[in-house]
Amino acid sequence: MTGGARRTLADREGALAWLFMLPSVIYILALVAVPFALAVALAFSDVTVGDPSFDWAGWANFARNFDDPVFWRALGNTFLFTAVSMLLIVVFGKILANILVADFRGKWLIRFLVLLPWTTPVALSAVAWLWLLDSIYSPIDWVLRRIGLIEGNLNWLGEPTLEMVSVIAVHVWRLTPLAAVIVMAGLVAIPREIEEAARMDGAGFWRRMFEVTIPLTLPVIAVAALFGAILTFTDMTVVYVLTRGGATHSSEVLASWAYIRGISGGDVAQGASIALFLFPLLLAAAIAILRAVRRMEVT
Amino acid sequence: MSTVEVRDLVKHYDKVRAVDGVSLRSADGEYLVLLGPSGCGKTTLLRTIAGLEQPTSGQVLIGDQVVNDLPPRARKIAMVFQSYALYPHKTVLANIVFPLKAEGMDKRAREERARWAAGLLGIEHLLDRKPRQLSGGERQRVALARALVRQPRVFLLDEPLSNLDAKLRASARDELKRFQQEIGTTTIYVTHDQTEAMGLGDRIAVLESGTLRQIGRPIEVYDDPADTFVATFIGSPPMNLVPRDGRLVGFRPEHLLPLELGAEDRVTLKLDVDRIEYLSGDRHVYGTATGLGEPTRVIARLPATVLTPIEPGRTYDFSIRGEKLRYFDAATGRRTDPP
Ligand SMILES: Nc1ncnc2c1ncn2[C@@H]1O[C@H](COP(=O)(O)OP(=O)(O)O)[C@@H](O)[C@H]1O
Ligand SMILES: [Mg+2]
Repeated sequence: MTGGARRTLADREGALAWLFMLPSVIYILALVAVPFALAVALAFSDVTVGDPSFDWAGWANFARNFDDPVFWRALGNTFLFTAVSMLLIVVFGKILANILVADFRGKWLIRFLVLLPWTTPVALSAVAWLWLLDSIYSPIDWVLRRIGLIEGNLNWLGEPTLEMVSVIAVHVWRLTPLAAVIVMAGLVAIPREIEEAARMDGAGFWRRMFEVTIPLTLPVIAVAALFGAILTFTDMTVVYVLTRGGATHSSEVLASWAYIRGISGGDVAQGASIALFLFPLLLAAAIAILRAVRRMEVT
Repeated sequence: MSTVEVRDLVKHYDKVRAVDGVSLRSADGEYLVLLGPSGCGKTTLLRTIAGLEQPTSGQVLIGDQVVNDLPPRARKIAMVFQSYALYPHKTVLANIVFPLKAEGMDKRAREERARWAAGLLGIEHLLDRKPRQLSGGERQRVALARALVRQPRVFLLDEPLSNLDAKLRASARDELKRFQQEIGTTTIYVTHDQTEAMGLGDRIAVLESGTLRQIGRPIEVYDDPADTFVATFIGSPPMNLVPRDGRLVGFRPEHLLPLELGAEDRVTLKLDVDRIEYLSGDRHVYGTATGLGEPTRVIARLPATVLTPIEPGRTYDFSIRGEKLRYFDAATGRRTDPP
């Protein structure tokens, strides 16, 4: 090292990197790692609200879950809820994204309407939906009656199949705008000349969509779908607001069931074990999708 | 193969008159170059011919048939974009067969055709790569192969060499010319580079501000420019213009030679030399000319074979052959007859 030209902290990229990452490391430790470790510990304990003393319970909580038909029902519903919602959200998100990027008169109004569900506070939209799906006063029923598709009323939030339909519909309604914006970001990143080259090469609308647009936006869609799936898998807002899981647990999902057992019912350990059940699955899904995306980028 | 024609073509973007009333017609199998400075509307004209833009008014004809209402794919033309626009997620082979796939050709036949096109351009060994694994020159060839494979009626090329480095550009230009002669398809080639235009074009259409200034063989636009824009845009260094009696007298730098080299019919002038540059063996002599018209700065280009000693700071007698003089109206810039 020559005199005067001393290495300063700013030259040491390794140390600097750690310094800059420190706040996020602390944040992740405090808000993610610690609660997660706590949940793992609770799942293997017998802690309840009435008896908060920590005693090791081994796999007992998990074993009890496996004997509980409501747990299985909730697990099945969770998969159904996630799979159907994500499918619909990706398809609708893609369609809406195409509308968002299209150039036509009055596009600002359409864009505003598309983004509206996303900007509406959940509490507000939930009230609106409760009314829309009301067993007596539902405007949806009224319309269906008017065009002669049904007689009488549909019990949107009380009949097992309709409950799932309602829950999925509201969830799709809520997340589709977000998906549309993400897909739109992917779409506008495609160079215009590539799209035009495909037109010159004689590709029609569907061929352009499936051979050019979708492959080029696939990494974005995959990441968005991963986040969406995890959000959906762990979401209980819609279920809780609309049906509270249903009288016979017909629209129960794992998150709502964990909440009902752990918080409402006071059996914290049991609730933790239900919530934790999803973790290995989500982790595997996350790793699989991120690796797939990486492979798509490299080759 | 086909002819391409535009009639009174106008394309406005809001207030920008990108193409402002252009009429021109290419012959069958011709290599027509659209030449003009950046922003003169070359790309817009090409895109309108391709069908990627709808003209504000006017007609586009391909093979004597009006195609204004046909979408790009129905026009049976292929375009090479400035950025090449290869499909980044597809291999070179998949890029090249894509137009054939869209046509519905079966798999065997289209791979055979793709290999034929790749062979023509010498890129058979790249067929399994992705575009990102190619150099600029290789990408350009893949783009050409993709354009060629469908055997289109017309090729449209938008500055296909502008992304290559100078050395590669020269060899690619040469190749492009040989290649077009081989397959003989009508080609419209856009460039802002006059060297490319002079070297490649059967004819050159010079554009400025969305209007056609002149169309003719390279030698015509060079020797007989239709106006002062063409005279100064083409040629390096550009044509000298000396004001005289409401006209401009134009002459090319290589025709301004020391007096003793002049032939019979000649006009003489005095050149007050202030600077000399040596470029590829030639001497470019900068100075102020007097005696022809108003004193004006001009450039003389003396080939390596002219050995007359010339130094800056002195005045020399120069001459120009009378037949090499061109006259332009000082007000309009249009060519006029000799006085
Ligand atoms: N999509 C567009 N919207 C508005 N103006 C445009 C558009 N495309 C081109 N222009 C304008 O039209 C003129 C001609 O552009 P272009 O055809 O690209 O020129 P060139 O290819 O000769 O450089 C320019 O002034 C450019 O700014
Ligand atoms: Mg251009």
